[in-house]
Amino acid sequence: MAKRSAPEVNAGSMADIAFLLLIFFLVTTTIEKDSGINRKLPPMEEEDQPDVIIKQKNIFTVLLNGKDQLLVEDDLMEIKDLRVAAVEFLDNNGDKSCTYCQGPKDPTSSDNPDKAIISLKNERETSYAAYISVQNELVAAYNVLRNRRALQLGPQQGFREMNFVEMQQNYKDARFVGNKVKLKAVIDQIKLEFPQKLSEVQ
Amino acid sequence: MSKFKKKSEGGIPAISTASLPDIVFMLLFFFMVATVMRENSLKIQNALPVANQVEKLDKKNPVSYIYMGKPSSGYEKFGTEARVQLNDQFADLKEVGAFISSERAALREELIPFLTVALKVDKDANMGIVGDVKQELRKVNALKINYTTGVGDAMTNIK
Repeated sequence: MAKRSAPEVNAGSMADIAFLLLIFFLVTTTIEKDSGINRKLPPMEEEDQPDVIIKQKNIFTVLLNGKDQLLVEDDLMEIKDLRVAAVEFLDNNGDKSCTYCQGPKDPTSSDNPDKAIISLKNERETSYAAYISVQNELVAAYNVLRNRRALQLGPQQGFREMNFVEMQQNYKDARFVGNKVKLKAVIDQIKLEFPQKLSEVQ
Repeated sequence: MSKFKKKSEGGIPAISTASLPDIVFMLLFFFMVATVMRENSLKIQNALPVANQVEKLDKKNPVSYIYMGKPSSGYEKFGTEARVQLNDQFADLKEVGAFISSERAALREELIPFLTVALKVDKDANMGIVGDVKQELRKVNALKINYTTGVGDAMTNIK
């Protein structure tokens, strides 16, 4: 039997086939956006609930009107100034019970971060883009304070140079080397110290 | 006969294209891996706003999507006001509750409390419709929501 070598397959058109597939996937690809601002809606209130009385000074009212103008505590404000104003309000520490606050201790502003409530009101004509910007700034204000606290608390628990946002990322990250139980405890403590009390008026 | 004879007449030698398939395959694999086939075809405009304080949507837990925006071109007969889209079709506000119920019915029981509703809202929509949908979600006790946004400077949302 004569040994017959297999004829070589011409691979010249391989590139064409691959290009065809490539173009198909290029066209069909939509890289999904899967990030966003998480919020929790308040449950439907029952009829016979007594009204909770909250001191006026503990409420930080943010109103976004139909023309996308921002009214903070009844004063017109630019969105870029909102973060600083919210931080100042939350961090105020009026009754001096909050040991980790650095605010001005103004008695006419919020008592402590636990009591401070941000009330966000919008109108039907408000644009969604403006609303998201405001939400973003308010979340940022909480994150500023939580990050500051994380940098104070972290080193005691062995999490050096890690702010709150990084802590949360690390907690979710499967590759994180470190004590996750401890990390969770720190995160929970910070969340308790600066609770996100953001109420939306309907 | 000189030893240093000019090689050939043609100037530039042909570039080998043998590695071209490899390069193309590399790109192909990248796109194959990165591709998420769209579950729903959108009938509305859906340009998401951007924000920089975002968290990643946890894909381990179940997610339902509600789209809102103006009907895109070709669907003008549905009006110029922002509408709700559930799955593949325009929906009424009243259908939001039923949609959440059907999404829950498809889940294993232990996952039901973790259902997140991702609101994909066009940035030109106004808050009226978003508020209405939120109210409907409260009625069916679907309280975990996520405003899906791109990543970027939030100040660019407002012109």
